[in-house]
Amino acid sequence: MPRLTLKGLGKAYGPLKVVDNVDLTLEEGEFVSLLGPSGCGKTTTLRMIAGFIEPTEGSITMNGEVLSAPGAVLPPERRRMSMIFQSYAIWPNMTVAENVGFGLKLQKLPGAEVKARIGRILEVVKMSHLADRYPAELSGGQQQRVALARAIVVQPSVLLLDEPLSNLDANLREEMRFEIRRLHDEFRITTVYVTHDQAEAMATADRIAVMNAGRIEQVDAPHLIYTRPRTRFVAAFIGRTNLLEGRLANGEIGLDGFALRAAQLGGAVPDSARPILLSVRPQSMALHRTPPVAREGHPLLPATVSQRTYLGESWDYVVRPQESGLQLRVTAPPLQVHEVGEKVWLEFDPQQIAVVN
Amino acid sequence: MTDSAAILAKPAALEARRSGLLRRLRYLEPSNLLWVLLVAALLFLVAVPIGKLLIVSFEEQGTGAFTLSNYATAYGRARYLEALGNSLMLGALSSLFSVVFAVPMAWAVSRTDMPGKGFTWAMVMGAFIMPPYLGAVGWILLAGPNSGFLNQAWSWLTGIEAPLVNVYSFTGLALVIALHSFPLIFIFVKSALDLISSEMEDAANILGAGTLTAMRKVTLPLVWPAVLGGIIVVFLETVALFGTPAIIGIPARINVVTTQLWQFFEYPVRVEVAAAYAMPLLLITIGMIAVQKLLLARKGFVSQTGKGGERRPIRLGGWRWALLGYCVFVGALSVLMPLAVLLQASFAKAWGRGLSFSNLTLDNYAYLLFRHEMALTSIWNTLWFSAAAATAAVIIAVLVAYIVARRLVPFGSALGFLAMAPFVIPGIVMAIGFYAAYAAPPVALYGTALIIILAFTARFLPIAFANSSAAVRAVHPEMEEASRILGGGRLLTIRRITAPLISRSLIGGWLIVFIVASRELSAAVFLVGPRTRTMAVLLYDLSEAGNFEVLAAFGGLLLAITLVLVAIGMKLAGRDFMLRRN
Repeated sequence: MPRLTLKGLGKAYGPLKVVDNVDLTLEEGEFVSLLGPSGCGKTTTLRMIAGFIEPTEGSITMNGEVLSAPGAVLPPERRRMSMIFQSYAIWPNMTVAENVGFGLKLQKLPGAEVKARIGRILEVVKMSHLADRYPAELSGGQQQRVALARAIVVQPSVLLLDEPLSNLDANLREEMRFEIRRLHDEFRITTVYVTHDQAEAMATADRIAVMNAGRIEQVDAPHLIYTRPRTRFVAAFIGRTNLLEGRLANGEIGLDGFALRAAQLGGAVPDSARPILLSVRPQSMALHRTPPVAREGHPLLPATVSQRTYLGESWDYVVRPQESGLQLRVTAPPLQVHEVGEKVWLEFDPQQIAVVN
Repeated sequence: MTDSAAILAKPAALEARRSGLLRRLRYLEPSNLLWVLLVAALLFLVAVPIGKLLIVSFEEQGTGAFTLSNYATAYGRARYLEALGNSLMLGALSSLFSVVFAVPMAWAVSRTDMPGKGFTWAMVMGAFIMPPYLGAVGWILLAGPNSGFLNQAWSWLTGIEAPLVNVYSFTGLALVIALHSFPLIFIFVKSALDLISSEMEDAANILGAGTLTAMRKVTLPLVWPAVLGGIIVVFLETVALFGTPAIIGIPARINVVTTQLWQFFEYPVRVEVAAAYAMPLLLITIGMIAVQKLLLARKGFVSQTGKGGERRPIRLGGWRWALLGYCVFVGALSVLMPLAVLLQASFAKAWGRGLSFSNLTLDNYAYLLFRHEMALTSIWNTLWFSAAAATAAVIIAVLVAYIVARRLVPFGSALGFLAMAPFVIPGIVMAIGFYAAYAAPPVALYGTALIIILAFTARFLPIAFANSSAAVRAVHPEMEEASRILGGGRLLTIRRITAPLISRSLIGGWLIVFIVASRELSAAVFLVGPRTRTMAVLLYDLSEAGNFEVLAAFGGLLLAITLVLVAIGMKLAGRDFMLRRN
């Protein structure tokens, strides 16, 4: 039975639609990330789930019970959810243990159990030795762990995270990413995680909902979001890509100067006369100094290197196929060095090319 | 809010049939009711007295018929117009003196390696918390033309009979006022200087400017808006000041607006004329505050890059001792010397006989505490009026601040505006407004404690509001949301999370209001009755009687009470809780 359902959810401030017709269903124990650029409505969506914002359209239901609808919003304190905030919102006037125990005490649990559960969760987040500290005496990462413990210890029906790592430095962010995923694997709490950082979403989520301009563009597992982007926005927002326009004719997609066999592309190709858009990831092409052995369905084009950038983990080349006006970004391993102006052979892997709308 | 679950459980069809009115009633949360109450309180405290002041100025005494004769009377005599001119000149002169006192001190404390910064800070603080009229009494003892200590010392040293300094002069009056208002400019300028990083000056240095050129071309222009803002505030404080002009100006026959207003209140009370005569004070204040807002809003002046850029003190070499000498000089004039002579006089049988064992007595204090009919009552009055006013002001202020900051009701900012409005109303004008609105029947509050408490509450509401609003805004809304999502309702959240987080600053705000209310003279002097005299008013009465030993002893008591409160405040709310700029 699906736990949390957003149906036609919308929020408008006057004529401005911040969230527009969002449909999303979370299964029990699922971890979904709302990913999108700033201003795409992801935080508003999250705050509607929490009950801090009243929707102007649609509804939010939990196991069939309506939590939010226009004019009827169950207040946040009655939703049995918990949330981790961008500012952590650790109460500076309480110790770590008091912060963590706050929600438990509100549930009127017996003192002994409160104490036991605080102890257990602090162990899980490796903060036991700091239980009596005040937040001002903690580092940013430690405060983050307190926020995590405080949110998880109440065993919420849904855990909400609002850009929880954006105030941490890069190393700590990576560490906390795995920590959040580890805690989810341990407790299997249904989770909604808002972020603008795709690496964060990829590392933590079971499914990613990419949002843009108030709408959900695509909901899929992280690797499908990357390899099978369904819209132009998703293809361009997640990772880097080359967007090529082509036309379908006789089972072949004609591009500028060459063609690909439609049947060999990963995913279905819409059968229409309109131009179709292909997303070709820089990793889905290879560069060769001499023509390699031709493989069935892997088009091979002569091309010229026009720019190059060394990024440490890889080379980023811009190549121009001959008899074509296209400029393609291609990624190559660090040892594969080509000079600008060099003639190369460009090989496509149709399996990795996605058709986008 | 509590019934939303019940509504949620109802069938959708029924829900849809609910009329718009019912739905709106459901949203009439307690906070909306509170909003209505607060609007009523603010109208009562702020809008009605000022409105009444305006109306009364056009009313004929007794009949209430419309007339312009009050204005004709108020501006029809050269003496009254001269008082207006005197006030403006006095304001300008004390602002000038204040700048001369404050700016070098602020620069020294903020930017240089001058020693004795703690001492300088203490002197500024002392000048700030010492009631101006006490300083005025001190300076009468120091610089009275015949018997003042400075003049006595001068003629003893040189044999010249003519006095060196005379406090009963226009310059003397302006100087004494400036010695207690310069801390305002100090606070403004120091906080502006604190925001300028050394890199600003480094950037000028690297392009070839020396220390002095960098200061002249870069540092000072950057703090110029702060200096100007400080000048405006001191100017307004001065023209609205009653105590010092009354104590020094009346014997010196220097008439200013506030002392003239006081004379309109002498029997027979002509409140209508006073109202008409108070209008320029109100208009000048509103106008100057508007000018200040405009000046400070101009872009390009403010270099508030916030953090970034280290701050190094400028090395002054030998000059730092010269600068310290200047700070000590100002501190001596404003705090040490007046305080010393006041204390001496308070323990003396006759203050003019100087320090000697035979002149020593505790009788001045004993007389006040055990034999004077009003002294103890006035101390008690002062304490409880101030406490009541501070409590009322902080409660109203924190409710308004919370509602405004959390946007709990539409048009909440109108509340904030009302709460800040007394800021542009001089205390003396406020008092006349209260007198006009509430002294006479049907309200008939004249001579009651309530009218003084209400006037104090209204007068110091902006201080409490600025303080509360900063406190509430410092609590991130997510702090409250974190509690709510874990199951805490709004009220529980306010009690368990918000209240503990803001309580310290609220106590600080309460103490500030208490302290300024306990020494407030200009609002009180118009509203006290025979049984509701406060210490400040009684002190003024004593000064009219001319018994300086008893007067000094009473000042000592007032100062002791203030110091205890300041000490409590520093303990609870931090060292600079009174001097923070907000």
